[in-house]
Amino acid sequence: MSSQHPEERAGQVPAQREEPPIVRHGMFGARTSGDTSGFGRLVVRQSPKVGAERPYGGPRTTGAVGEFDEIADQLERAYPDFGEAVERVVIDRGELTFVVRRDHLLGVVTALRDDPKLRFEMCLGVSGVHYPTETGTELHAVYPFLSITHNRRVRIEVTCPDADPHIPSIVSIYPTDDWHERETYDFFGIIFDGHPALTRIMMPDDWLGHPQRKDYPLGGIPVEYRGAKVPPPDERRSYA
Amino acid sequence: MSTTYDAYGTEEATEGTVFNVSGQDWDEVVRGAQDSEDDRLVVNMGPQHPSTHGVLRLILTLDGETVDEARVGLGYLHTGIEKNMEYRTWTQGTTFCTRMDYLAPIFNEMSYCLAVEKLLGITDDIPERAQVIRVLMAEVNRISSHLVAVASFGLELGATTVMTNGFLEREYALDIFEMVAGLRMNMAYVRPGGVAQDLPPGAIDKIGDFVKRERYRLGQMRKLLDANPVYLARTKNIAYLDLAACMALGVTGPMLRATGLPWDLRKSQPYSGYETYDFEVATQDTCDVYGRYLVRMDEMFESLKIIEQCLDRLSSGSARSGPVMIQDKKIGWPAQLALGPDGMGNSPDHIAHIMGQSMEALIHHFKLVTEGFRVPAGQVYAAVESPRGELGCHLVSDGSTRPYRAHFRDPSFTNLQAIPAAVEGGMVADVIAAVASIDPVMGGVDR
Repeated sequence: MSSQHPEERAGQVPAQREEPPIVRHGMFGARTSGDTSGFGRLVVRQSPKVGAERPYGGPRTTGAVGEFDEIADQLERAYPDFGEAVERVVIDRGELTFVVRRDHLLGVVTALRDDPKLRFEMCLGVSGVHYPTETGTELHAVYPFLSITHNRRVRIEVTCPDADPHIPSIVSIYPTDDWHERETYDFFGIIFDGHPALTRIMMPDDWLGHPQRKDYPLGGIPVEYRGAKVPPPDERRSYA
Repeated sequence: MSTTYDAYGTEEATEGTVFNVSGQDWDEVVRGAQDSEDDRLVVNMGPQHPSTHGVLRLILTLDGETVDEARVGLGYLHTGIEKNMEYRTWTQGTTFCTRMDYLAPIFNEMSYCLAVEKLLGITDDIPERAQVIRVLMAEVNRISSHLVAVASFGLELGATTVMTNGFLEREYALDIFEMVAGLRMNMAYVRPGGVAQDLPPGAIDKIGDFVKRERYRLGQMRKLLDANPVYLARTKNIAYLDLAACMALGVTGPMLRATGLPWDLRKSQPYSGYETYDFEVATQDTCDVYGRYLVRMDEMFESLKIIEQCLDRLSSGSARSGPVMIQDKKIGWPAQLALGPDGMGNSPDHIAHIMGQSMEALIHHFKLVTEGFRVPAGQVYAAVESPRGELGCHLVSDGSTRPYRAHFRDPSFTNLQAIPAAVEGGMVADVIAAVASIDPVMGGVDR
């Protein structure tokens, strides 16, 4: 059956994504000129994907059964396909994140809203994140949820590939996400299937491209200041 | 004839006659409306209309005086703040996000800084004095923001006296910001790790005077409005939005509290030490414009209470002295600011130290200011109770010196979605009151 926790299904864990192991070379990310910092041969490796193990603990506790375990247990009871739906569970900095497969998003958020022991009445919108290096899961949609009844928060993260940027819309369950999904569509090009009117909201209707994607330039012109030319922000030396 | 699509070109309307109402043509509009066979009139309210709080565009379909359908057009003030922040250091981020909701700059900065501090794992290391100053500034800001809300409330319903009084009192709050942070708006005063600088001498007394003055003046404003028959007629039972609607639409802040639910993040999920202050959460159970006004008024008095407690702690209590920036030299901003005769700038002592005494201090200053500090990879969501509701900041770091992604869940943006639910079926004049009671700030909506 599929109602298992992700970490219990070691063999069935989704094919480990091939990620570029190296994030960058050098200290300053300089590409066009030589790196004179003395750190030119520095290699910074990408941190591996984190996934939490039981017990999850709570916002202020780790290593013992806590609030996060309660939420996970209850979600598992309320949504029997939990093991199939939740790709990873991430506990980081006192916050609980379920990385949910997009096919199961509607079922999971319906359970989050309707189950009396979960009762996340409020969805606080959706925020897109673009990871161009994560082949196959370039676009992420991050939904923070708030339960007023239980005074808790939880986060759902859904990914989709750039080649097929579709995620089901949750407007039918949380009407508040109407404009938030439009905004994320506008800025990231994620298409929320089932949204009542998915149009641009911030940019003009005839705008081309999705401005907050990482492959979309910031733009700007060099500015002259006391005889020196200051390049636009996205062309300045990056210490990233 | 051009074949390319020009969004800004003049186009023939696909149905109905278009009146531009550009002046001197009102007779024509009236005649046209009378002759028309269609009973419904589509009116563009905004984006340039004084009562829409900035550049909000409402597209109203009217049947006589009744609003059949209301749609909202946004984006006229989109400035790409979130995208811009991805190209600046974590510290520079405050300078950008403070400009979002320009009536509540301290709250923008606080939500961002709390998120950065959560990412860094230093939430518990912020010095107490910095925490108290943050709360103090936030509550002064809450008063100044609510004063604008109430003042424009009055203005839009025709009460100019309320407007002039509200904006006058707000000036006193802005004077405090100017004294403490050097700027009246967009202060970038709250920084990751603490606040930009300590309170200047005399600030405690001045804020104390402000509290005394406002307690009296806010009382006077209440006398002007609370039982004013004209005001009651325009606000009671107008723009009704009950708890279920607020929940579904994600509405927070005074609108939610006017439905009777005492949900205030300062009480329910305290941050920056709010759990140690004594204050009440103001609620009303009328779900209408008048209830939202009363909630705002009550909140201002609660804010005055909090400010007094802050002043006690800063003058004689536990936060009497001490640093206002985290003591971790790898994160805390090295420069000390000082108010000189020409405005805010680096303190002469600090300049003398790095330029004349310590090479290491100079290197340290240079590295931290140009390169910035690194923030461990991960993502967080931090929320504060802004004057308009839950202001959340979703921050993603990839381990570098810049935010990988910054997103703000601005309460005005979410609350504006309630416009159709609140005004459809009502009178067109009540749309103004409904918008005023939501108190949207377009800088925050469009970001």
